[in-house]
Amino acid sequence: MTMTLETTALERPDAIKSASSNRWQRFARPLLGILVPLTLALAWEAAVWLGWSNGRLVPPPSRVFATIMELTRSGELWRHITTTLWRVAAGFGLGTVAGTLLGAVSGYWGIARRLLDPTVQALRAIPSIAWVPLFILWLGIFETSKVALIAVGVFFPVYLGVMGAILSVDRKIVEVGRTFRLSGPAMIRRILLPAVLPAYVVALRVGLGLGWMFVVAAEFMGASEGLGYLLIDGQQLGKPAQILAAITIFALLGKTTDWLIELVTAPLLRWQDAFRPGGES
Amino acid sequence: MLALDKVGKTYPNGVHALERFTAQIPQGEIVAIIGGSGCGKSTLLRAVAGLDRASTGSIRIDNIDINAPHEKIGIIFQEPRLLPWLSVADNIGFGLSELPVAARREKVAQALARVGLSDKAKAWPRELSGGQAQRVAIARALVPQPEVLLLDEPFSALDAFTRRDLQDHLLDLWADTRPTLILVTHDVDEAVVLADRVLVMRPRPGRLFAEIDVGLARPRDRASPLFDAVKRRVLTALDRSLDRDVPDSAPAETVGAWW
Ligand SMILES: Nc1ncnc2c1ncn2[C@@H]1O[C@H](COP(=O)(O)OP(=O)(O)OP(=O)(O)O)[C@@H](O)[C@H]1O
Ligand SMILES: [Mg+2]
Repeated sequence: MTMTLETTALERPDAIKSASSNRWQRFARPLLGILVPLTLALAWEAAVWLGWSNGRLVPPPSRVFATIMELTRSGELWRHITTTLWRVAAGFGLGTVAGTLLGAVSGYWGIARRLLDPTVQALRAIPSIAWVPLFILWLGIFETSKVALIAVGVFFPVYLGVMGAILSVDRKIVEVGRTFRLSGPAMIRRILLPAVLPAYVVALRVGLGLGWMFVVAAEFMGASEGLGYLLIDGQQLGKPAQILAAITIFALLGKTTDWLIELVTAPLLRWQDAFRPGGES
Repeated sequence: MLALDKVGKTYPNGVHALERFTAQIPQGEIVAIIGGSGCGKSTLLRAVAGLDRASTGSIRIDNIDINAPHEKIGIIFQEPRLLPWLSVADNIGFGLSELPVAARREKVAQALARVGLSDKAKAWPRELSGGQAQRVAIARALVPQPEVLLLDEPFSALDAFTRRDLQDHLLDLWADTRPTLILVTHDVDEAVVLADRVLVMRPRPGRLFAEIDVGLARPRDRASPLFDAVKRRVLTALDRSLDRDVPDSAPAETVGAWW
């Protein structure tokens, strides 16, 4: 009897600790990330509310939120969001397909690399925005030129990521495939693809980030809808709250789409033996 | 029978790594290759594995020329080289992709049990210790039942205790199907425990220097005087192989007569 009492008493603090640390991991970790922006926002809100600033040029969060609600109610926001999302999706899709194909070809065949890579690298040195006038001349000022610009932005990081990943596949692992006499396609499917996957996911995420960057540039060059249009419109009509509303939505969409890539690919990368600062997560 | 006939290798950068290496290795024999660093042991093994091509000479197994990886030949490297994206079980089954799933699963389960890792079937390679990982590598190379298994310093990254354990393990596994084993090692003890015959190489260019028949009954007792005597013969040969003043033609048996 005393024994059991003693052991439970001994085990208890430990159990409590692990349970509470579990709860801490589940809820507090994400909260930690929100802490800084939330504090800043609240501080600014308070500053305006207390009259320390009139908040005309930098509207407080409540006014930005009100603008968002207003745009939502009129249905305008939805239209802008879908337009921008469609542009990013189309540009990202095209850029990813082209970057993946060319990157894979250049990575896999030395001849293709010597043939293609210098040209691609030279093109990469051109700031992508410099293409805008040409794209408008070639493709008109409507959707095509916008999607093309975004695709160009996405193409380079994906191309570089895929090619670099293939070139840095460990020779030792490839030799394992060779000793088991894998054919060319089997080698690609069973060794190369899984080996490049982690770097490929990173390339996609970088590409997507650039896609979001370029959609703004594309929408600056004359658009009648889209989140970028909201930005320009807000500037021309002197509505900083609308600009901040658009920026907030950009942030949310960018983060969400990035997170979607992470979510979809996470099961494929569970095997990774990576350094995770701050412990397992 | 594995027949190496005057095998030579010159790398593209001009390094003359191996010269006229000749040996006949009957099916089921265990041969240890020992020699100073850079004397072409790995070069030889990679040529036999078909990973690199010999520049001269021929390598034949049962009268088939080897110049690309062959199903009768398996290799285990110094590092386990497990595929990190496959579970332990899938790593072991990597060479069995032609078998139907059920047969493959059964073979893998047997191999896992044979190397004592049944409980790790679903683990990722990163979750294994060095010794466990090397056991998986051994199982992976053995499940397709090669006739010749090449091992390039397979245990050199392990501590002495684990190494002994794995040496015994390897002998157990070898007894199942009795493939030919060619084992490169730096460890004289390991060579004498495992091998029927020890080949000593000398560097610049890498070539065969001496051949020592171990001739001890198995299981071998590492503490017996006979074991010690063979070890000493290997050590002497090794010493002489690194001495530039000793001519190449020194017959192996004069080495043996030293003690
Ligand atoms: N890929 C390569 N290209 C050029 N030279 C090489 C290559 N691999 C090995 N060599 C050279 O060939 C010689 C033999 O190398 P090898 O790796 O076969 O030696 P080793 O006997 O396995 O040595 P160790 O015991 O240190 O592993 C060395 O001089 C080495 O520098
Ligand atoms: Mg070596």
